Amino acid sequence: MAATRVVVLGAGVAGHTAASFLRKWLGSKAEVTVVSPKPDYNWIPSNIWVGVGLLQPRQVLFPLAPVYARNGIVFRQARATALYPEGEGDAAQPFVEVESTLPGEEGQRSRVPYDFLINATGPKLAFEATPGLGPGQHSLSVCTAEHAHATAGVLDEQVQRMKRGEHKRFVVGMGHGLCTCQGAAFEYLVNLEFELRARGVRDKAEIVYLSNEYELGDFGMDGIHIRRGGYITPSKIFTESLFAERGIEWITRAHVKGLEPGRATYEFLDGQEGEIAFDMAMLLPPFRGVGLKAFDRMGVDITERLFAPSGFMRVDADYAAKPYEAWRASDWPRTYQSGAYPNLFAAGIAFAPPHPVSKPRQSPKGTSITPAPPRTGMPSAMIGKAVAHSIVDMIGGSPGPTRTASMAEMGAACVASAGANPFTGTAASITVFPIVPDFDRYPDYGRDVRHTFGEIGLAGHWIKILLHHLFLHKARMRPLWSLIPE
Amino acid sequence: MSETKVYAPAPKPQLKAAYYATRPTAWTRYLRTSLPWQLVRFAIINLKMIRVIRISHRGRH
Repeated sequence: MAATRVVVLGAGVAGHTAASFLRKWLGSKAEVTVVSPKPDYNWIPSNIWVGVGLLQPRQVLFPLAPVYARNGIVFRQARATALYPEGEGDAAQPFVEVESTLPGEEGQRSRVPYDFLINATGPKLAFEATPGLGPGQHSLSVCTAEHAHATAGVLDEQVQRMKRGEHKRFVVGMGHGLCTCQGAAFEYLVNLEFELRARGVRDKAEIVYLSNEYELGDFGMDGIHIRRGGYITPSKIFTESLFAERGIEWITRAHVKGLEPGRATYEFLDGQEGEIAFDMAMLLPPFRGVGLKAFDRMGVDITERLFAPSGFMRVDADYAAKPYEAWRASDWPRTYQSGAYPNLFAAGIAFAPPHPVSKPRQSPKGTSITPAPPRTGMPSAMIGKAVAHSIVDMIGGSPGPTRTASMAEMGAACVASAGANPFTGTAASITVFPIVPDFDRYPDYGRDVRHTFGEIGLAGHWIKILLHHLFLHKARMRPLWSLIPE
Repeated sequence: MSETKVYAPAPKPQLKAAYYATRPTAWTRYLRTSLPWQLVRFAIINLKMIRVIRISHRGRH
């Protein structure tokens, strides 16, 4: 009997975690194939430090092919373009159509058959959603190691000018009203401020945070409440405090409409228009699905059945449209299995959330200005691992998924760097439980305040350094990698 | 049509949003990078994180 074929699309946190555990748990019972358009693994959380020039891209990247070859995982450097979950014509074998990205073979199409498929394709960085946004246009990014390295180069030029006495304005934040990943923008912002101080030019710099959040500290999670100092305090208070202490100004409730050289225009939630001039802007893009198509065996386009309009894949969530007041923790997916095909799963950013976590808001002009829900880092890895475990059990005879990883039932531990130095650096260490608030279980704040915690200090920076090395060790599948928790 | 609000730094501290924010005292700022205190915090934060990771994994079954 031929070995079962498990195909993982994407080699980010979710996909790489799933592939690693599939290989470990399945042994010779299955062939595990990873399809990824990029040759390297990128430990994205440390891109922040590349973006301020403290790390080089090679310190956050490593080639996937040797790691996979050593561990018996088949690697296809290619971009998935279409799913055929029923096969095609009389051939009932499901397959993915892929397009090679290997140098010299670019664009060559082929089919990768599968028995189980995990879509962990991550986000498409939708810079095009905002005219003028992104590298090559009028703003910078830290979304990839290459983007971050280019950003560090521009920062160096600005520092040189400031050393000659020029004053500069830096704008950091979100490049669209529906952006997510406020945590990454926050980290870049405070690391930038720390670096400018370290390089002796802070007095020449004005730093402004520009965000779609209703209040600072929302982070796409509707904010969190932390028990500290004898109070239950919203994250808005802590974030404002840190910004005030660091001399960082902020603009919230803003949807960036467009960028021109040295200028961004935006619309506020109250309908008013705004604009800001800048010398350097690092603005994150909104995320979309990567644009996978899907076809049934007769070649009929079933993309809308499998994917939400955002391009993310529908899984076992409750996607019924309902008002904010009616949202429930139980709306969120638990197994990440497609409702249409039981051998199809999505993990990490690739699954379609049922709705945002933050309260949805629109301007009088109808512009949505609401952070999208975060699903990076720890939850992505935990989802990837749970999906891998379910597939292993299904291969072993289980009729359905056996593991769950609902973001409304799991917590997250997060360390947000606020300045990188082993003696003077700091980081915000945050734990939150659960990630998606559950007001049925925790009526006051939606979260368990015993497990929702945050503080800033040097210890957080040490933990961040430790995590950088531990997670790269784990991703390289070096000895004892599987003992390191997600 | 409303006029475009062009961003400019507030001329007085009390016109800045930061004026109304809580700020740490010098003692709090000192503790953030005090080596002995941060060694203690390192242990405590790790324990808190391990606890959250443990209950999160427990929730998967």
